[in-house]
Amino acid sequence: MNAKPTRHILGALLGLIGVTALCGCTNAKLVRVQPWERAALADYTMNPGRDPVATVNSEHVYFSRETANGGRGVGGSGCGCN
Amino acid sequence: MSLPTRILLAAACTWFAVGARAELKTGDPFPSLAAAGLSGTLPATEGRVVLVDFWASWCAPCKASFPAYARLQTDYAGRGLVIVAVSVDESAAAYEKFVRNLHPPFATVHDKSQQLVRQVKVPTMPTCYLIGPDGRVRFVHQGFHGEDSERELRKEIDTLLAETGHSS
Repeated sequence: MNAKPTRHILGALLGLIGVTALCGCTNAKLVRVQPWERAALADYTMNPGRDPVATVNSEHVYFSRETANGGRGVGGSGCGCN
Repeated sequence: MSLPTRILLAAACTWFAVGARAELKTGDPFPSLAAAGLSGTLPATEGRVVLVDFWASWCAPCKASFPAYARLQTDYAGRGLVIVAVSVDESAAAYEKFVRNLHPPFATVHDKSQQLVRQVKVPTMPTCYLIGPDGRVRFVHQGFHGEDSERELRKEIDTLLAETGHSS
């Protein structure tokens, strides 16, 4: 049996699958959530900064912990005392 | 890999990249509003210049666009422009509350099953389509950018109305 045509067909099929997969990954227009389907994403509860008290708390923790590395900009020593 | 196989692969790639999402563009016939299963009262649009706007109650720019469309309605309704605002809300209650609060002077209908918006494939929210008396799309405006959008829409509407013999 001649294995060459089979190898060509297999190669073509693999190539087709690869190209299809790459197209699906790279084309930004193929996002699954369409513009008219974003009601849930636009909901108030999806906003991570919706609670000002929680935001202040988490910012304080971040600032205290990460200032040695620059934090949000300039800051103290990173000792956690500010 | 042989040349025909390469061509086949290139064609497949192009189809996936372009054909998988064919948005409605200038020159395309706009789908029938009457056949789209919209709830609400549709005004007569046959042979008229129509502005179809797709909006949703959860979309902030859509809300910002309503006063501008109200001004367009005031200025152009007498010259033959028909504005139809199509809500793509999944919630009928949200649609009704929005319309009740803003009380727009133009026609609002509800595409609850999202049948029409899926046909049109709006690229962003809001998007409006200016349709000529022949039923073909003459202008597509994506998003709403305040005065710039209103100015651009007025220019296109003026041009189209003048072409159809409805100049001021």
